[in-house]
Amino acid sequence: MSLNYKNHSEKLDLIKKGEISLADNVRYFLKKIEDNKHLNCYNFVFEDAAEKADLIEEKIKNGTVGKLAGMVVAVKDVLAIEGKALTCSSKILGNFESLYTSTSVQKLINEDAIIIGKTNCDEFAMGSSNENSAFGPVLNPHDNKRVPGGSSGGSAAAVAAGLCDVSLGTDTGGSIRQPAAFCGVFGLKPTYGRVSRYGLTAFASSFDSVGPFANDVEDIAKVMNIISGKDENDSTSADIPVPDFLSGINENKKFRIGIAKEFFGEGLDAEIKKVIELKIEELKSAGHKIVEIEFPHNEYTIATYYVLTTAEASSNLARYDGARYGYRSKESGSLINMYNNSRSEAFGDEVKRRIMLGTYVLSAGYYDAYYRKAQKVRRIIKNDFDKAFEKVDIILTPTTPDCAFKLGEKTNDPLSMYLEDIYTTSANLAGIPGISIPVGKNSEGLPIGMQLLANQFEEEKLLQLSKQI
Amino acid sequence: MNNKYEAVIGLEVHAQLLTDTKIFCGCSTKFGNPPNTNVCPVCLGHPGVLPVMNKKVVEYSVLMGLATNCAINKKSVFARKNYFYPDLPKGYQISQYEEPICEHGYIDVVKSDGSAKRIGITRIHMEEDAGKSIHDRGGETLVDVNRCGTPLIEIVSEPDIRTAEEAYLYLTKIKQVLTYLGICDGNMEEGSLRCDANISIRPFGQKELGTKTEVKNMNSFRNVERAIDFEIARQIEIVEDGGIITQQTLLWNADLNEAMPMRSKEGAHDYRYFLDPDLLPIIITDSWKNEILKSLPELADARKERFINNYKLPLYDADLLTSEKPLADYYEEVLTVTNDYKSASNWVMGDILKYINDEKISPKDFPISPKNLGKLIELINNNTISGKIAKDVFPEMLKDNSDPELIVKEKNLVQITDTSAIEGIIEKILNENEGQIKEYLSGKEKVLGFFVGQIMKESKGKANPGIVNELLKKKLEERRD
Repeated sequence: MSLNYKNHSEKLDLIKKGEISLADNVRYFLKKIEDNKHLNCYNFVFEDAAEKADLIEEKIKNGTVGKLAGMVVAVKDVLAIEGKALTCSSKILGNFESLYTSTSVQKLINEDAIIIGKTNCDEFAMGSSNENSAFGPVLNPHDNKRVPGGSSGGSAAAVAAGLCDVSLGTDTGGSIRQPAAFCGVFGLKPTYGRVSRYGLTAFASSFDSVGPFANDVEDIAKVMNIISGKDENDSTSADIPVPDFLSGINENKKFRIGIAKEFFGEGLDAEIKKVIELKIEELKSAGHKIVEIEFPHNEYTIATYYVLTTAEASSNLARYDGARYGYRSKESGSLINMYNNSRSEAFGDEVKRRIMLGTYVLSAGYYDAYYRKAQKVRRIIKNDFDKAFEKVDIILTPTTPDCAFKLGEKTNDPLSMYLEDIYTTSANLAGIPGISIPVGKNSEGLPIGMQLLANQFEEEKLLQLSKQI
Repeated sequence: MNNKYEAVIGLEVHAQLLTDTKIFCGCSTKFGNPPNTNVCPVCLGHPGVLPVMNKKVVEYSVLMGLATNCAINKKSVFARKNYFYPDLPKGYQISQYEEPICEHGYIDVVKSDGSAKRIGITRIHMEEDAGKSIHDRGGETLVDVNRCGTPLIEIVSEPDIRTAEEAYLYLTKIKQVLTYLGICDGNMEEGSLRCDANISIRPFGQKELGTKTEVKNMNSFRNVERAIDFEIARQIEIVEDGGIITQQTLLWNADLNEAMPMRSKEGAHDYRYFLDPDLLPIIITDSWKNEILKSLPELADARKERFINNYKLPLYDADLLTSEKPLADYYEEVLTVTNDYKSASNWVMGDILKYINDEKISPKDFPISPKNLGKLIELINNNTISGKIAKDVFPEMLKDNSDPELIVKEKNLVQITDTSAIEGIIEKILNENEGQIKEYLSGKEKVLGFFVGQIMKESKGKANPGIVNELLKKKLEERRD
């Protein structure tokens, strides 16, 4: 059996017509996950998912079912699900189980989606290759010697390899869009505040967003319809009306599309550049208006991003100390030994690097030079976007400077790894939405992603243009 | 104190707010529940949880600011104070650092010499309490996180305090305001009110401040006074001996009556404060502020004035009765039954306050209801019983808050006001004491007291003393030939 539907609407039709059974469909995914174990997409697979399928299929036939009925969803293992392990792909959480379910996942469950498992990722969502995982790296389905991108590598690869219908990832500096580009799928990072962060294990609280991966942009819209909106449990979630992303998606609107030379300069792979430039020409021919814009402070985004996110991370990760839950070192004779040894033994190198960096930039005597200054630059970058969005509806960029690189290629060069996010971090600094859409492949058959950015709470435009590409 | 030096003291007071639920989650704040039961993923700091502001905490904080003449900041923000400790589940405390909710206030205190002193309040800010670590269980440390997330306000004074007495008065006043507002129970022994003192000394006339030390662990009002006196004397001794003061934190040991340095962790903590990204700024609109202002109750000073004006009480009485809200409440409850303001005041300040202080209870827990005390006063005033009998009825009422009217009836304590009955007793006593009659008639009027005593004894205290006095004199005069 293979999947003979291209999105959830088609799947639902097939189930209603009795052409496929949902239970068979779920069992198909479970088997395929097992067959593709080498990809290492999943930290945990929920074998009981098939049992839920019968119940939901019954509801589909009775017409009492939720809007995502039977959508098989994989969830990044940084999102809490009650009674399930939550590891963040880190050793430090040990065998921790969540006592509650994150809002975004609960909303999917409420609409009768089926959660099939939790996906691998970089430890605490820190990384761009999914190599920083206590569960080992995820392999890119297009080339098993290459990385899937990160940090939501498992979620992207699971969708690309057909190991679920849709997945949830999180994006703090590009962790949805970059792996989406590397794996050749759609990945949307919503506006900060559009989707509740309740239940999302914090990496950098003022940057983190939850968003979907899918092979079809309609599924992205469908999931966004459900997970968006104000949540009483997240004070930073926005009380702004959520449009019907799905019904608006086929409007063949013409947009003003901004192109900034800063996103096409040195460091961009020539093949990617060529493919994107071709897309720009196509959009122009299709009647969209291409507008040259400026993005003068782009060179500061990576530095600003790393000062601010590591500062927040150093505080957010303080709770993993061996005292109350998770991993505790056997060498815990004194309080200070318990802290030092537990954290030294159980955090990976990248996490330690960021905790130290973040602790440093918040320290007395350095705060003003680093943290406070970076906050100012963050506002400047936000202003650059505000200015740009006075002239254009959408900004178009490559998602990444390179296609998927080889496993181990950048592990000893953190800085070049950080530069993987050169086109994506600015959206998180400004809190704006961005989507990566697959636009082709390079000569080695590796996917190429194109990024579209819109102003805050204008995901609808991103989906409308994505649909036209 | 050595008269060459003056002390410069600032107090940091932490007050637990009397909200039903915690500051950032819906857990109960109830004191005394079994360890680790008033908890949820939020106050346990589990991965993925987020704080949600309890609006009541904001309102209580604004009330305190309004009651202490503070400016209420339209916008205030939360910060994270980062440090590791097992009873701090998130590894940081959510507090306010830059931009607190209230600033620039003051309170006035009256010193024992009658002079007034104004003490500035630098700021009041909101924060969450940490849990409790229990260290004395056989080498292991136990952690109870019930208290995690209990709302606190920290009230920081200006360094305007110069003596231990002023510190005591300031703290008393802060407690008075908190309890009048009903936002904190002010119990230092249970830790719902805590006080740390920053203390330095300098020669009189010197402007710049000396090196300060911080004294913690003073868990009663008296200990605050004692600890400050101790620390001032210690610093003076060091300086007089040519030494220098080290900046450090000292813990007050009430048993040894001395402050000892805390085991120091090289240098000061670097708390790495930064804006908490999980909480939005608190915006206090004018309309919200006005709404809170409307709920501001009558405070002690205003109540004192009212007691003087409406009940014609002396300043001393009004001051004492309003010192604690429950006492003043008790007094005013008594007045719903009797209009004898001064008698009610005497009873409350006398027998009742003595009992409360001896038993160390709150006026709220005093066994005699204000209504029954009022009835007792009325029984005296309508001549049903004498003041002396009342003193015997009072202990009976203490036992189980019995109705004084019933006690008087059951024990047959109703005052004898029937003149013929009293005359009979007088005749009997006079007939038994011919000698004393002669003494009286020869001019020794002191003997009158002897007769009154005998008559009251004979009547078991029930004879109306006024009638006795009047009739006795008349009967004695009749015997003058």
